[in-house]
Amino acid sequence: MHNAQELIVCEHCDSVYRRRTLARGEVADCVVCGAVLERHQWLGVDAQFALIVAAFIVFVIANVSPIVTLGLSGMTAATTLWGAVIAMWNDGAQVVAFLSAMTLFFFPLSQILIFGWVLWFARDGRRAPGFAQAMSALVRVKPWSMIEVFMLGTLVAVVKAHTYFDVVPGPGIWAFGFLTLLVTLFSSHDPRQLWDITREARA
Amino acid sequence: MNAPPRASELGMMSCHVCRLVTAYVDDPHAHCPRCGNALHVRKRGSIGRAWALLAAAAIFYIPANLFPIMRTQSLSSKDDNTILSGIVELWRAGSPGLAVIVFTASIVVPMLKFIIMGYLLVSVQRSSGFVAKQRTRLYRFVELVGYWSMLDVFVVAILSALVHFKILSRVEPLPGVVYFGVVVVLTMLSAMSFDPRLIWDNRKSQ
Repeated sequence: MHNAQELIVCEHCDSVYRRRTLARGEVADCVVCGAVLERHQWLGVDAQFALIVAAFIVFVIANVSPIVTLGLSGMTAATTLWGAVIAMWNDGAQVVAFLSAMTLFFFPLSQILIFGWVLWFARDGRRAPGFAQAMSALVRVKPWSMIEVFMLGTLVAVVKAHTYFDVVPGPGIWAFGFLTLLVTLFSSHDPRQLWDITREARA
Repeated sequence: MNAPPRASELGMMSCHVCRLVTAYVDDPHAHCPRCGNALHVRKRGSIGRAWALLAAAAIFYIPANLFPIMRTQSLSSKDDNTILSGIVELWRAGSPGLAVIVFTASIVVPMLKFIIMGYLLVSVQRSSGFVAKQRTRLYRFVELVGYWSMLDVFVVAILSALVHFKILSRVEPLPGVVYFGVVVVLTMLSAMSFDPRLIWDNRKSQ
């Protein structure tokens, strides 16, 4: 019997493989169904932690600064992400307000905080308190974080508004763009690798 | 190269949350020794749940398309737009590129999700052995593009917050956008409930 750590099972077709060390840029694909088994994790734990800190700072900027400002014959109106959530709530679309608050604020924020928490400890090869729960939460929350979609939505809204108003992009739109970039960088990293490179602290 | 063995043939199973490979246990209440989540060979009630959520999404999809999603009001006019008429307007206003993107995210992607999920569920229930690899690819496609349908919902949210010039000009969300948001969430949940490993179980022929 092999050590279970050496084996990996394809999540889409149940094929079993022996894990091997991947070279830089290499991706292990399942030969049966073509799913990605593993990617080479080209960023070390320290680099990932640095990126998470950057993502947190950009996330704060994205949330407090106006995304766009509209002008109409001398009047101006600006909005932040939370402005959009509140507008939907007040205009009778509470379901949409709730969905937006979750997918654009709470889920991305908890992803950043939880990942930062486990990475901070993983820098010394340790498992953070609540490691198992944190790792499970990361897997569960991942599909519900929709920063990239919001970024594209902002662009569509700007183009639509441009027909009738003067549109001035605010710092928030740049922050969201940068955040989209960081999210894309992270999407090639599977947090589950932390199970392999950390050890339970000796009591 | 020979096809690798399957975990079910080797008497093994893999945790669906942390991927730890363990020996098969015939206990519905087993927990992963590493991450503590429930261990099961396949997602539980996969087909029933996926069908139920897909059917619910299909029902909500009708009002999502028939009801207007957004009202644009100015001094002289009041204009209600559905998803489709919003796309036509975007096209006419001189942004055909963006119109194509919104059309893809709001019309093509949800339709494809219904067709693909329906096909995957029917083919699994018939234990079809036909193009299993391609069907697994289709599943990955649905997972990958699913959440982009929220695009129109976010557009309405941003415009409603921005265009607030008292009586001069206002944009308001209308019920259609709520139904549409619910459709996207339901189709995502349906895809998550589906277990692609079922495509490879009990195939009649290769």
